[in-house]
Amino acid sequence: MTDDARSRIESTVKGNDVVLFMKGTPLFPQCGFSSRAVAILEHLGVEYASVDVLQDQGIRQGIKEYSDWPTIPQLYVKGEFIGGSDIMMEMYESGELSQLLQDQGVATAH
Amino acid sequence: MPMAAQEIETMIKAAIPDAEIEITDLAGDGDHYAARVVSESFRGLPRVRQHQRVYAALDGRMGGVLHALQLTTAIPQ
Repeated sequence: MTDDARSRIESTVKGNDVVLFMKGTPLFPQCGFSSRAVAILEHLGVEYASVDVLQDQGIRQGIKEYSDWPTIPQLYVKGEFIGGSDIMMEMYESGELSQLLQDQGVATAH
Repeated sequence: MPMAAQEIETMIKAAIPDAEIEITDLAGDGDHYAARVVSESFRGLPRVRQHQRVYAALDGRMGGVLHALQLTTAIPQ
């Protein structure tokens, strides 16, 4: 990963409480997995920043090394990597995701 | 080149020998799978680490030739 990509990833992840790295945008997700991740965050009513990796090859590759996670989407809360869409779904269904957000002091609508 | 379900199972089994593995071909196209992997060795690991072990077993194929693998991990009941 280039230093430039790393520093941009770090500033995004540390500068926002909740960040979703995804393919496409929340309004126009370009992949079913990203679409699922957006739907979960929307359901929780949480404010989040999103990064469209399709617009940036450096970040698209770099984010996989950053988290040692091979796929996108990737969710970060308060700088911590939480997981991809499967883990988000499991945690959402069990209530762990809203608990985690609450524990981290992130406001949700529910 | 998509991967065959058998090949996915063999690779996971090689890395996690006690794993019980269930693979479903979601779209019938040999390219969109769901896998459920149950192993005692996951005990005590956070979910991210459990999934990372399965991805490591697939040796770089995940996110490459294998685009869509919906993964669930669990510890035996």
